[in-house]
Amino acid sequence: MSSRLKETFTAARKARRAALVTYVTAGDPDLDRTVELARALRRGGADVLELGVPFTDPIADGPTNQAAAERALASGTTLAGVLEAVREIRRLGETIPIVLFTYANPVLRQGIDRFAADAAAAGVDGVLFTDVPSEESGRFRRPLLNAGLDPVMLVAPTSTKERVRAAAKAGRGFLYLVSRTGVTGARSALDRELEPTIRAVRKLSSLPVAVGFGISTPGQVETVARVADGVVVGSAIVERVARLGESPDLPDAVQAFVTTLAEACRR
Amino acid sequence: MRLGPDERGYFGEWGGSWVPETLMQPLEELRKAYRRAQRDRVFQQRLNELLETYVGRPTPLYRARRLGAELGGAQIWLKREDLCHTGAHKLNNALGQALLAREMGKSRVIAETGAGQHGVAVATAAALLGLECRVYMGEEDMRRQALNVYRMRLLGAEVAPVASGSRTLKDAINEALRDWVTNVRTTDYVLGSVLGPHPYPMMVRDFQSVIGRETFAQFRKATHRLPDLVVACIGGGSNAAGIFSAFVPHERVRLVGVEAGGRGRAPGEHAARFGGDGSPGVLHGTRTWVLQDRDGGILPTHSISAGLDYPAVGPEHAAWRDSGRVTYTQVDDRDALGAFHVLAETEGILPALESAHAVAYAIKVAPAMPLKAHIVINLSGRGDKDLDEVRRIEGRPS
Repeated sequence: MSSRLKETFTAARKARRAALVTYVTAGDPDLDRTVELARALRRGGADVLELGVPFTDPIADGPTNQAAAERALASGTTLAGVLEAVREIRRLGETIPIVLFTYANPVLRQGIDRFAADAAAAGVDGVLFTDVPSEESGRFRRPLLNAGLDPVMLVAPTSTKERVRAAAKAGRGFLYLVSRTGVTGARSALDRELEPTIRAVRKLSSLPVAVGFGISTPGQVETVARVADGVVVGSAIVERVARLGESPDLPDAVQAFVTTLAEACRR
Repeated sequence: MRLGPDERGYFGEWGGSWVPETLMQPLEELRKAYRRAQRDRVFQQRLNELLETYVGRPTPLYRARRLGAELGGAQIWLKREDLCHTGAHKLNNALGQALLAREMGKSRVIAETGAGQHGVAVATAAALLGLECRVYMGEEDMRRQALNVYRMRLLGAEVAPVASGSRTLKDAINEALRDWVTNVRTTDYVLGSVLGPHPYPMMVRDFQSVIGRETFAQFRKATHRLPDLVVACIGGGSNAAGIFSAFVPHERVRLVGVEAGGRGRAPGEHAARFGGDGSPGVLHGTRTWVLQDRDGGILPTHSISAGLDYPAVGPEHAAWRDSGRVTYTQVDDRDALGAFHVLAETEGILPALESAHAVAYAIKVAPAMPLKAHIVINLSGRGDKDLDEVRRIEGRPS
């Protein structure tokens, strides 16, 4: 079965551009806004939508996404609510691939089998766990695949060749390369070692490689898009949500920003 | 019963390495370095020498005759970890890990702290070994344990306040993990309890197992037998794992871990992971019993003692509970505070509020036990750090 994620990366490559993956925390500031934002991101030119499931103890996230998770939890967002928002996005006719970006605990609490079935039924395409390395991914992989969901695996600059191969083998859809050691959040400069790392990871993986963490400006997107199959922008969008959360201008402002990122994805 | 874990860091179905990919290779390096250090005679000699001449080991096993007579039942013994340098068992582990950090060529150590005792221990070890040190501490805990904050700063450590979440130990661990994931090439994370990803639960237990080995030998020398009951308080569970580990193979010895019952049964009012409200989950890199809501959000906790104020418990304790080898129970704030006074007045010893939970359990069960029965309490720390907090709670003038 060919996945929508894989097709999206193939289409982007044929169009001589990197796929643009955009992240927002679901439920920030509330789930209705998330649905509006999803549409604005797609209109702005995003190829893949990553929705963060808010968690009380987000150890992989920097201050921007931590604050977003706190706002989302304060508005009563749960995993079930996030899936309901995905269902709404699909009801509105959106076909953009959606990847859930989540910590293990909320999913384990619901039970992996039930979660996989519900997520697939809602219209989710892939699931990425921030705190599940390949060693622990066994109990998730089969249920996700059986439900027709792509398990998206992370690799990091500290990953050895063996670890990259293991992740590429366990994952589907695309491989998510963390651009530098650290948590999520905008950085003023990219790691100088990033380009060679991207090339090395691409050699070890038959999956497309998307690069994220700390990429926040069109200039940085352009640099990464030259060597990677996909570019992930998260905190820079979340910052705008934080600033404009309740304002009616939010969708348009986000769309305008994403348009500049999508332009920068052209090779 | 053999002590775990397996290759992947599992004690039965508990434990593992639930961390971001960035930390997996550093954890593998830590595992290798630890295995090397275990076989390295020079490393072991250096550690043992420091435990003896710097920490002050072996700590006494003291027979609390007045408290025993007062209770009128089983004989009471106290393993005096409160007499360790810096006032708690925490230094046993902090020194071991700091030595290991230096072996690995790291110039900087970071740590989390709740009650401040682990933070003080790491700051102390860092000063001793010439390592840069940063300690993460929740703002709420900094208020409760102001004296320990000052101690850490005097020792040259930087204390970083954590203002996120519940501003306690759990949030301090979040922040320490974020620091580690960012500075992993220069920094070693010295975790303070039998928590976190593999190898920490195993390694911290091993560094604390000196408590159990000494207690076993001291008790046998004094009485030519085994104790009937060994009691320890349990937050993450390092002092308990340390003393229990020597007795686990001796099935005749009852082992009891005492959690914080706090001030009520409602969610957020206690830290009783095994007390009925807990359930299996993943927090801070390990699969274990966790206090969480229906949606998998981690619940806030409460205890009069900052060191027990934590929503998860070491994975090996979850396995010991499954096997029935260790029994877990709860003591509330009021009884812990009562035991604090009883020990002060009968024995002239001010226990840490954490350790007072174990004392309270012994006070509860000793009267119904025969005179020839023996209870060993792990007195994991001294109470000086808690004096301000006790005075505040009881509203006593100074």
